[in-house]
Parts: sequence; structure tokens; C-alpha cells
Amino acid sequence: MTVAAQPDALNFECETGNYHTFCPISCVAWLYQKIEDSFFLVIGTKTCGYFLQNAMGVMIFAEPRYAMAELEEGDISAQLNDYEELKRLCLQIKRDRNPSVIVWIGTCTTEIIKMDLEGLAPKLEAEIGIPIVVARANGLDYAFTQGEDTVLAAMAQRCPKQIEETEKEERNAIQRLLAFGSKKEEATTQESEYVEHPPLVMFGSLPDPVVTQLTLELKKQGIAVSGWLPAKRYTELPVIEEGYYVCGVNPFLSRTATTLMRRRKCKLIGAPFPIGPDGTRAWIEKICSVFSIEPKGLEERERQIWETLEDYVKLLRGKSVFFMGDNLLEISLARFLVRCGAIVHEIGIPYMDKRYQKAELDFLAKTCAEMGVPTPKIVEKPDNYNQIQRIYELQPDLVITGMAHANPLEARGIDTKWSVEFTFAQIHGFSNTRDLLELATRPLRRNNNLKNLGWDKLVKEDTRV
Amino acid sequence: MKLAYWMYAGPAHIGTLRIASSFKNVHAIMHAPLGDDYFNVMRSMLERERDFTPVTASIVDRNVLARGSQDKVVDNITRKDREERPDLIVLTPTCTSSILQEDLSNFVSRAQMDAKGDVLLADVNHYRVNELQAADRTLDQIVQFYIEKAKKKGELPEGKTEKPSVNIIGMTTLGFHNQHDTTELKRLMADLGVEVNAVIPEGASVRNLKNLPRAWFNLVPYRELGLMTANYLKDEFGMPFVDVTPMGVVETARCIRTIEKVLNEQGATVDFEAYIDNQTRFVSQAAWFSRSIDCQNLTGKKAVVFGDNTHAAAMTKILSREMGIHVVLAGTYCKYDADWFREHVSEYCDEILISDNNAEIGDAIARIEPSAIFGTQMERHVGKRLDTPCGVIAAPIHIQNFPVGYKPFLGYEGANQVVDLIYNSFTLGMEDHLLEIFGGHDTKEAITKSVSADSDLNWSKDGLAELNKIPGFVRGKVKRNTEKFARERGIDTITAEVLYAAKEAVGA
Repeated sequence: MTVAAQPDALNFECETGNYHTFCPISCVAWLYQKIEDSFFLVIGTKTCGYFLQNAMGVMIFAEPRYAMAELEEGDISAQLNDYEELKRLCLQIKRDRNPSVIVWIGTCTTEIIKMDLEGLAPKLEAEIGIPIVVARANGLDYAFTQGEDTVLAAMAQRCPKQIEETEKEERNAIQRLLAFGSKKEEATTQESEYVEHPPLVMFGSLPDPVVTQLTLELKKQGIAVSGWLPAKRYTELPVIEEGYYVCGVNPFLSRTATTLMRRRKCKLIGAPFPIGPDGTRAWIEKICSVFSIEPKGLEERERQIWETLEDYVKLLRGKSVFFMGDNLLEISLARFLVRCGAIVHEIGIPYMDKRYQKAELDFLAKTCAEMGVPTPKIVEKPDNYNQIQRIYELQPDLVITGMAHANPLEARGIDTKWSVEFTFAQIHGFSNTRDLLELATRPLRRNNNLKNLGWDKLVKEDTRV
Repeated sequence: MKLAYWMYAGPAHIGTLRIASSFKNVHAIMHAPLGDDYFNVMRSMLERERDFTPVTASIVDRNVLARGSQDKVVDNITRKDREERPDLIVLTPTCTSSILQEDLSNFVSRAQMDAKGDVLLADVNHYRVNELQAADRTLDQIVQFYIEKAKKKGELPEGKTEKPSVNIIGMTTLGFHNQHDTTELKRLMADLGVEVNAVIPEGASVRNLKNLPRAWFNLVPYRELGLMTANYLKDEFGMPFVDVTPMGVVETARCIRTIEKVLNEQGATVDFEAYIDNQTRFVSQAAWFSRSIDCQNLTGKKAVVFGDNTHAAAMTKILSREMGIHVVLAGTYCKYDADWFREHVSEYCDEILISDNNAEIGDAIARIEPSAIFGTQMERHVGKRLDTPCGVIAAPIHIQNFPVGYKPFLGYEGANQVVDLIYNSFTLGMEDHLLEIFGGHDTKEAITKSVSADSDLNWSKDGLAELNKIPGFVRGKVKRNTEKFARERGIDTITAEVLYAAKEAVGA
């Protein structure tokens, strides 16, 4: 490997876009679990349904709050009336599940036949009395995690303003009753423990424990998080007013960020993402700096976390990593792995928003310089066939890839980590770094155990695609 | 529009891809948006396939919508032709490309001009056929294409093989236990002295398809896949076919007798009766099992069967005819072939259910309260909910239905496997029932005094709330570790913050 690349100039390329990733409708699988009173209706074909059923595996059997509105030939040829059909299904959903919101997921088919979901939704909403949010999470425009981005961007428009606050509280009367007393507690803590700063709303769907962890992390700096988009329930969407500060927790939320800035007139804090102890610290520092707060004890905290990770980190030191790219977490993960001492050859990524990810990109370049490793090549819309030829050439120690390529690469003696696990596992914040490394080093640890058996290559012919 | 949570048979293109990727050196190119290539994930995961799945997508994106695929599809075909030199490239339409109504056959003929290999457009309509029908059709299409091609070139071999021989048609990738069934059928044919001329499509090369007519007959073990091809070969070459599924002792014997008849009609003089008798009575264990006391205990037990035509019909017959089990309901999701199913199972069950709506089947099971279910993965989950054991007998299936060990469903070894499956389903059910009668196992809880049994520590409300979010199976460990952490540091109230601090410190 030549170290010809400039230490801080990142190298961007764009290939053919012939790569494997999940369809963005997969976001329903984690969003319906996150937003407890929602129902996701995917308006598409058998192809979409079969994908969800197979990709989401077991979850489908736990009485999911999502379903397909499966389009039939009559829908495609407009022999059936879209409005009437959707009304029939949504009334059925209302009767069976009584959700607080129905999210319509538009698909490739609704795009091509130009079904006017945004137009139909408000009419139907008024008629059946349940909010209907429309998100076009289709494979024509987006990849995998970007599905969440389209849903959250649509939800951002539904966040209440202060004036509606009283009304909102009324809606939550029962909940308040159940949580009586806690309100008062909060009020007292607010005075003593928080610094005076403008309201801050976080966006990005994370499991509840991670939300708590990150909120507490900011609380230590005296920063109050006034709400999360999305919240646990649709009825608890945070208040967003003009001038509020917002900050993203995931790298694939560009549309949501744009919507919050342009439509809701919020100020975006562009920070690296809280993935890995280095990312978490940089994320908190950036938020602190925006509010002119001197961060307390962060350096010490980061150091302590790294100390507890040494057994895992040493497995990664000097190892080379190749990201094929499919979920947009790649830049942050690569930056973290470089900090762990790995060398990243290539970062494949479906879509690169250089503005929204600016802080993260700068941080990556800086990390590479500090660690004295060449900056990786960032390949947008990669071509999997070409990538596999490059993998054969480079023989990286670890390839982070989708399931379509994992087993074939393993059979050819190349260690792989299934990328989708990074989207489902808890990887944010200081506390979850160990889990993150647990995932990243699993193939290395497993194959350490097997390495003396002489079974590295398990295919007969020479390595071919 | 139809409100659907689950589906039994996949979309049409899955069927086409199953056929294409079963052949050796055939590549499929899907005309599809990003993310529709999850077939590769299924094949790589479920089949634990070592090789790259020979399926790529020619991506339909906004640009394609605006300007049409134009050269993109053609380029992708010729590129793949150069990169991998496949014998055949199958252009596969998807639901998206069906409504774009582009002239894909024109793309195919354009690509064919540059490509060294053959190029075909799979002739399937997404909105009219499902996975199984599409697979049947695509196999037929590919076979016809290569027979015609050989005919034109005058390369079609003359005459039959010297010894009796067979083509086994319909074995595919992602088929339910297909690989094991193939081995078992080959073994059965060897026992009968019948040479296997070809197995298609799994593992076959399209170059050898022209040799299909050399076989004396065709064997189509599965109702859903291969009949179109068999009918074509019958019309074209007068090749007889046997479509009796050799699943269960009685049906295996019937299949072998049909083969005997077909061979003797062509001048062979074979008599398989002694073989059938020996296998049935002494080699295979299934017939003896039916006589044994174990099986007597199953007499009159209620069962529900649901699956594809082949497996549900065969299973119904086995349960009812070979084991004396009371099949209350037999059902299939192959609605397009319902008459066949009715005809085959009506004398072996009380009710017949033809449906692809999983709620309907779930409701029927709840109403009937059978002692065991034999169905797909969906019925297995219904069974879990209703505390009823379930043996999985048909696709859709999960990774555990692609066992590494030898587990055919067809032939005499298949009959043994089916016996085990049935017996294990029922005994488990019985054991459960007995446990209930006797009030469960002797000791209800493991008597261990956990560290936190009498805790001197307080859990704050938020701490407790966080603790409750931790999955049950590790909660105890996290609780103990946290309390240990708190005790060591002299913390007397455990908040959410303490919980996570402990997590970081302990690495749990």
C-alpha cells in the first residue's frame, strides 16, 4: 500500500450503483417497534411483502403493527379507486388495532403508477379521524436506512408547536396520571442540574435504553434534551419551534435535517455521530460548544472507556478493513475502526451527503492523520462486482458486507461481518462501545479459534465471482 | 388492494430466479429497483451457499423512469456476458418492470447480438402467476429453448439410452429438502436398475438439455414444478412421465409400480414387486412402525395439515392411511391447482381448506384444537401461540428447514424421516399434556439464593424502568452486576445512570 494520499484530503469516487442493499421499506421493522402506537401500511406488491417477511424473519409472527396493502392488477390499471380501497383497509386497521397514527409507506409501484398518496392522506385523515403520515421509502430513490429518514422527515412536519402544547397534554391526560409526581421531580432537577440554553431536540430512532444513555450523557454537561424525534409514541412527538436547536444521532438522516431546518426553522448542530467513544465525545463537545459550555470530564471518560476495551481493540490493531457499503453508517464506523488502529482501504456507501456528514468526514480525515494511516477511498454507489475484484486483490482482514456476499467470501477464506447487524444492535454512546466491538471483532475471534484447522478455503475452483 | 401480513408463495420473479440459479453457469439479471435482489440473501443464508448467487440487478432508478432503460439493460447483459461467460443469461422482469411496460424482448435481441452466451427473457406475468407457477414456466421455457436450438442445428441426439433411464425434473435451489430428495431418488433409481439420464434444473448444465429425449421416461416428484416441462417432452417426443410423488410407503410403492408399467410398455421386462415387498417389510422402518405399539397410541388423534399441494396431500395420506391418525382438516395454498388437491385428499380428511390467507388457517386450527399440526413455518408459529406441536412439511421455510444432515422426504428413507417427524410432534404434545395433569415438573423454580435475593439497595424508579427494558434472559445478570458495582462504590440508590455506569465498568 502506498501512502501517497494526502493525510487530510478524502478521496471520493462514484461507481455504477450495482450493489446489494435492503429496500428502504425495511425501516418499518424497527420503527413500528419504536413508535408504539403506530401502524405502518406498506402500499406495494408481493415483492415488497416477501422482502419484509423474509428480511425481518421472526418479528413478523409477533402480531406486527405493520401490513401490506397488496396492489392487485385492478389497482395498477386503475379499475379500482385508490381512495376507496385505502379507506377500506384503513378502516379495517382502525377497527382491529386502533392506532394513533397510520404511516403509509409509498413504494416503487405507487411511484410509477403515480398514486397521489400525499393528496389522498389529508382527505382520508379527516374522514376516519386518524393522522396519516406519508413517507415515500422506495427503492427507486433510496437505500435501506434512508427509509427511516423519509419517515422522520414526514413526522417532523407533524411535531406540535408550543401553542398546541395544552391540547397535547390533554391528550396525554391518562399517561400523566400514571406518571404522577414525575413532572414535579423534573422541574426541581431542571433548576439545579441544567445550564440555561435554548431548547434542543434530538432526531433519529434509537432503542429506548440508548435514548436514556445519551440523554444522561448530555445531562452530565448540564444540557437538557427537550425531546426526541421520534418519541416512544406518536402522541408524544416533541414540540418544535422556530429557533430550536436540533442534532442528529445517525448519519443517514439528511432529509430529516433538511426538513427541520427549512420547514421548522431549526438550527442544525452538525456534529460527528455518537458512535464509538471518540464519536460520542466529539458529538457532546460539539453540542457543548454550540451552547458555550465547557465540557466536563469527557477526556477522562473517553480514556476510561478505551481502557475497558483493550482486549477487543488489540484484535483490530493493524488489521485492514473493507466496507462494501449498504447502510450509510460506514463513515462513522470506519472512523471508529481507524481509531481502534485498523487500516480502512475502502468505504463503500450508498449515498454521501457531504454537508450533513461534514463534521464526521472531517473527523475521519483527522483521525487518519492522527493514527498515521492513509485515508480511505470513499466509493459512493459502489459496484459490488468491481468491489469483489478489489477485495481479491487487497485480501483485507475483514470485509463488512451484506448477507448476499458474506457466505461466499467466507468460503474463499475472507473474514466478513454482516453489516445489517450494525443497524439493529445498540452501538451509540460510551456505554455501547463494547457491544459495537463485540460485533466487529466476532469474525476475527471466531476465526482465531479455527485457524489451525486448515479449512480456510472451502471452494474448489479458483476464487471467482 | 388486499391487506396482507404474510404470504405463502413468493412473487413470480423468485420462481424464475430459483430455476436460473439452480442451473450451472446460468446468470439472471433482474430488471428491478435497488433492494429487490434479496433473493441473493435468501439463497446465501438459507442454502448456506458457498458461491456467489448468479443474480444481479439492472437497477431501475429515477433516471430509468425518466428516460427508459435504454442501453442500461443491454449494457448490463453484455457486461455480465464478458465478465462471467455464462451459457445463458435470463432477463427477469419484476413487478416494477411489468408496469413500466418497456420492450424487454427487444433489449434481449439487441443484447444477443453482442453476447457470446444465450439470452432469454423470462416469460412471466407478475400479477397473474406466483413463485411456483413462474418456476414451472421458466423451466419449461429454458428446456424448450435448448431443444429447439439443438433441433435447428441438427444436434438433437437420436434414440434412447441402451438401458432404461430417467430424467428427474423439478429439483431446485430453495426447494423444501430438494437436495436430500434428489439423492434419495437417485438411490432409488439405482436400486431399480434405472439410469439417471439427467436431473434438472439443480446442478444441470443447459448444454446437456438436448440429451433429455434420450431418457425412457420423466419423473416429476413435485406437483408444483416440472409438469409443464414433462408435458412438453411428452407432446414433442412422446416421452411418458410419472407424476406420483413417492412420499410415504404406499405412494412410493405406487410410484415404483407406475415406473414398472412405463418401462415394460417400452419393451423392458422388469418386475419390482419383490423389491417393494422387501423394502416395505424389512428395510424401511415405516411400515413396521405403523404396526408397533407406539403408533397405536396415535390412533384417532386429531391433526391438521397445511402446505403446498405435493406435501400436504402426501402427508394427509400418510397420516390417515398409514398411521390411523384423524386428519380433521387438510389444506393447500396452491389455489390455482385446487381441484387436484381436492381430488387427492377428499377421502382422507373431514374438511378441505383452500386459502392463502394465514389468518383463516390460524382460525381453523384454533377451532379444531388438533393434537398436532403439519404445516409451514407460519403454522409452526400458530402452534406456538396455541401450545400445539407442529411438524414443518412445506415451504415457506426458515434456515432450520435446510438441515445439513441427510433428511429426505421422498423414497424409503424419506418415509423413515416422516415417521420420526410425526412421532416426535405427537409425543412432545403428550409429554406437555402429562406435565399439565401432574402439575408440571417436580421443582418449579431452581432453588438458588441469588446475590440480590434480599437486597439492601434501593432501585430508583428510573433505574427500575431501565432494568425492565433489558431482555428477560440477561436481566438477572445485569441486576446482580449492577448491585455488586453499587455496593463496591457505596452507592445506596441505583438510578439509570448507575446502571449504565456499571455496564461500562463490568462490560456486561
